[in-house]
Amino acid sequence: MIELQNISKSFDGIEVIKDINIVFEKGKTNLIIGQSGSGKTVLLKSIVGLLDIDKGNILYDDIVFNTLNFEDKKQLRQKMGMLFQGGALFDSNTVEENVMFPLDMLTNMSFDEKRDRANECLKRVNIINANHLYPDEISGGMKKRVAIARAIALNPKYLFCDEPNSGLDPKTAILIDNLIKEITIEYDMTTVVNTHDMNSVMEIGDKVMFIHNGENWWEGTRDEIFNTENEELNSFIFASKLSRKIRDLEK
Amino acid sequence: MKRVFTKPEKLKIFYKETIHEIDKLGLSSISIVAIISVFMGAVITIQTAYNTENPIYPAYLIGLTARDTLLLEFSSTIVALILAGKMGSNISSEIGSMRVTEQIDALEIMGINSANYLILPKITAAVLFAPFLTLMSMVIGLFGGWIAGISTGVMTSQQYIYGIQYAFIPYYITYALIKIVIFVFLITTISSYHGYYSYGGALDVGRSSTKAVVHSSIFILLFNVILTQLLLS
Repeated sequence: MIELQNISKSFDGIEVIKDINIVFEKGKTNLIIGQSGSGKTVLLKSIVGLLDIDKGNILYDDIVFNTLNFEDKKQLRQKMGMLFQGGALFDSNTVEENVMFPLDMLTNMSFDEKRDRANECLKRVNIINANHLYPDEISGGMKKRVAIARAIALNPKYLFCDEPNSGLDPKTAILIDNLIKEITIEYDMTTVVNTHDMNSVMEIGDKVMFIHNGENWWEGTRDEIFNTENEELNSFIFASKLSRKIRDLEK
Repeated sequence: MKRVFTKPEKLKIFYKETIHEIDKLGLSSISIVAIISVFMGAVITIQTAYNTENPIYPAYLIGLTARDTLLLEFSSTIVALILAGKMGSNISSEIGSMRVTEQIDALEIMGINSANYLILPKITAAVLFAPFLTLMSMVIGLFGGWIAGISTGVMTSQQYIYGIQYAFIPYYITYALIKIVIFVFLITTISSYHGYYSYGGALDVGRSSTKAVVHSSIFILLFNVILTQLLLS
C-alpha cells in the first residue's frame, strides 16, 4: 500500500502539486489520469523520490519514504519497479542483459541463475528469441515489454508505470495494459499507472484518481467514472466524438 | 561529488566497467594522440632549426629543444587539451543521453547509485591510462622530430640523438605525468557533471557537450599555470 498525505510540490514558486491525499491499494492497478500538464508525471516522480516534495508525507506500507536518508531510500527502491515512457532500456546492453542488469547489481545469484530468471521474466512478457537484440533493433511495444520484464526481475512490491501506452497502436496498448494488470495480481504488487488513455481506464483501472491543475479532483472506480457529475472529469473523459457517442448509446 | 566517490555497489562490476572505459576512453585515443604527436614533434624540430640557423648555436640544440618542449608542455598540456575534446565530449554526450532518455532515473529507481556506477569507472580509467598516453606521446613526438630533422637535412641523426640526451632532467617526466593525471581528472569530472545534469532533448545534450569541452579546456589552462608554479619553482 502507498499512501500520500498532503503532498505538495512547486517549481519556481508555482505549485504544480497541491495537497494531494490518496491511498493506492495493494494488489490493485491504481490509475492517475489527467490532461497533459496537469501534474501527473511530477506526482509520479515525487512518489518514487526522483523529485523531492515540499511538504507532506509519502508512506510505503507505513514507512515514511520522504524522510529516509539516501541509503535507506536505496534499500526501499530495490522493492520498486518502474516502466518509463520510452522504456529507458540501456542502449549498450542486449535485451537479456537489460533484464539481468538489476540482478547483476543487486543480488549474489550465479550467472546461470540470473540468466534463467531473466528468461523467465522475458517469457512472462512474451518476448521470445530476442535475447541478443539491442533496444534499437526492437519495436516500441517490445521495448515496453522488456522494460516490464526488467521491472519485475527482482520481484518488486511496487510497480510504477509512466504513460505505458504512449506511442503504441491500440491493440499493442491493450496488450501492455493487460500485462500490467496480470502482473499486478500475480506478484501482489501495488501498481500506480500514469495515463491519459481512457482505454486503459476501462481495461485496468481498479482505482482511478483524476488530477486537475495539480489537485486530486476526483477519485473512484472505473464503474463510477462514467456516472460522475464532475464537470472537469466529464470534459476530459468525453473529449472525443467516439466516447460521446458511446455515452449517448449507453444512455 | 560525494555520491561519486563512494564504495562501488559491486567491485566485480566496477572492475568490468573500468576495463570497458579504458578501452573506450583510453585505447581509442591512442591513434589521435600518436598522429598529433608525430606531427608536432616534426614541426617543433623544423621551427627550432629555422630559428637557430646562426652557427653559434650547436645543431644538437634542436634535439634538446624538441625534447624539452615535448616533455614540459606538449605531451601533458596539449595532449590534455586534445583529450578534453575527445574524452570530454564522449563522456558528456553519453551521460547526457542517458539522462534525457530516463536511463539514469531507471538506475536510481532500481536502488543503484547512478553517479557512482556511471562516473567513477570513467575517472578511474582515465587517470590510470592517461600517463601511458603521455609517455607514448613523448616517444612518438621525439621520433617525429628525428624523422623531420633527418629528412629536411637540418641536422644529422647523431646530433639529434645527442641533443635529446643532453642535460636530461628525469624530473620533467614526473612533472608531465603529475600534470596529465590532474588534467584528465578535471576532464572526466567536469564532463560527467555537465552530462549528469543535462536536461531537455538532443539539443541540450549537444550544449552540455560543448560546455564540457570549453570548461575542461579553461580549467586545464588554469591548472597548468598553478601546477607549473608549484612543481617547477
